[in-house]
Amino acid sequence: MTEPMLTIRGVTAYYGAIAALKGVDIDVAKGEIVTLIGANGAGKSTLMMTIFGSPQARDGSIVYDGRDITRMPTHEIARLRIAQSPEGRRIFPRMTVLENLQMGAAVTQFAHFDEDLRRMFDLFPRLKERVSQRGGTLSGGEQQMLAIARALMSRPQFLLLDEPSLGLAPLIAKQIFAAIGELNRTEGLTVFLVEQNAYHALKLAHRGYVMVNGSITLSGAGRELLEREEVRAAYLEGGRH
Amino acid sequence: MEYFLQQLINGVTLGSIYGLIAIGYTMVYGIVGMINFAHGDVFMVGAFMALIVYLALVAIGITFVPLALLVVLIVAMALTALYGWTVERIAYRPLRGSFRLAPLISAIGMSIFLQNYVQLAQGARVKPLPPVVPGGHQFGAAEGFVVNISNVQILIVVTTVALMAIFTVIVAKTSLGRAQRACEQDRKMASLLGVDVDRTISLTFVMGAALASVAGLMYLLYYGVVDFYIGFVAGVKAFTAAVLGGIGSLPGAMLGGLLIGLIETFWSAYFSVEYKDVAAFSILAIVLIFLPSGLLGRPEVEKV
Ligand SMILES: Nc1ncnc2c1ncn2[C@@H]1O[C@H](COP(=O)(O)OP(=O)(O)OP(=O)(O)O)[C@@H](O)[C@H]1O
Ligand SMILES: [Mg+2]
Repeated sequence: MTEPMLTIRGVTAYYGAIAALKGVDIDVAKGEIVTLIGANGAGKSTLMMTIFGSPQARDGSIVYDGRDITRMPTHEIARLRIAQSPEGRRIFPRMTVLENLQMGAAVTQFAHFDEDLRRMFDLFPRLKERVSQRGGTLSGGEQQMLAIARALMSRPQFLLLDEPSLGLAPLIAKQIFAAIGELNRTEGLTVFLVEQNAYHALKLAHRGYVMVNGSITLSGAGRELLEREEVRAAYLEGGRH
Repeated sequence: MEYFLQQLINGVTLGSIYGLIAIGYTMVYGIVGMINFAHGDVFMVGAFMALIVYLALVAIGITFVPLALLVVLIVAMALTALYGWTVERIAYRPLRGSFRLAPLISAIGMSIFLQNYVQLAQGARVKPLPPVVPGGHQFGAAEGFVVNISNVQILIVVTTVALMAIFTVIVAKTSLGRAQRACEQDRKMASLLGVDVDRTISLTFVMGAALASVAGLMYLLYYGVVDFYIGFVAGVKAFTAAVLGGIGSLPGAMLGGLLIGLIETFWSAYFSVEYKDVAAFSILAIVLIFLPSGLLGRPEVEKV
């Protein structure tokens, strides 16, 4: 049996009085790529943020790499080699590309900054051309690359990606998925990703979950979910993509 | 001509003091989006700290002026920074996330508290300091006009320029400065990257208070007197300077401070002393009509 990376049990989360998560159970094993799909407003982004304690889970527990992080402050969780490229990218608009990447590397104390920077520029040559441009003036796709690169700069063992392909040209999206798969295979990076692009994401993933209205309704191997009629109907436009 | 040069020198000196205080307003505004109305009183506390530490040093027999000033500078900065930290801790942090006016009201309360506290502890009367840095230089005697620069003025301008340079580098180049700017731009994202937001905000108050205490020391050396009320007037001027330069902008605060100092001095010199504050505020109003975000404030152009 593989070791668990993330174990979520019975997690609920609220915005004021409104429940966004209603008892979620999810497992991610070390070395896995797990995809979460679901309609708009299902609670996917909320779950990603709740893993980071913002908003904190009201009930249930979140155990990451053997440690209970349910009540841990966000910035302390971020120092546990877990990184997130969040919904909306959240690039620091008045910092340069380089400074944004430095922000990502801060938790490593810049121990291998130059080396990691080179890796990111290999992965996203576009960022290298734009290195001293301010984040807020990048195109949407460039911002997406920067958000992912910024997350990787912390040398995470566990990466959370909220809609990494959003706003990217299909070719670039494909490259990003390929890069994620590559990091997973070569470095054992564990990945938990939310995607609207269900076809690519489920194909890439070892396993997947479907979230409806704050609860998990389906789970299974990635390719298996792709075959399911309800998944095809709801998330793959009846099989076309 | 000589009169003009003399006023220029005086204005730059005054502007340096305003600029040092203005930095505290602008940095705190940048990171928490509120005007720390108690900041002027933190400056006043800093001036008192400097006076007390100086007198204590004299009492124990340290009279070598450069050494005494250096010790005063460091100790006053540290103690005043502690005030800045405490103010944030008890008056603002508990209100973070509540409605927008709450910290503002709390700030005004803190300002009144600090004034009354100093008034009680130190008395309401003006406290004098005998001249510590005497002497000066005269220029232009040969050309038939005389311009004076006192050593205090040189000290004030040099210290201010040095501190501003140091703080500019801290904000632009260090991890702490980046964390501060990150909190300014997107606090939640900063915490996702491991930045301790509360600590970063605390440090910003500490830095602002430390600079204000230097301004307090300079004020004390320049005017030779302090009282519990100096924080109000100087605070309003420095706040005006921060807004004039573009609130949230560090170079803006420096430029604004300089301009307010110059405007005030020249107005007093050429028109009337009584209306010098009106002049400063009128120019602020005019600038804000044409440049609503101040001289160096940032107009909103980014896509976010
Ligand atoms: N800050 C907030 N305050 C109040 N309600 C919120 C907040 N953020 C999200 N919600 C609500 O919580 C629910 C879940 O939102 P969430 O962003 O998690 O959905 P999602 O699955 O990521 O959707 P999408 O696919 O559109 O990104 C939605 O009904 C949303 O309106
Ligand atoms: Mg979402």
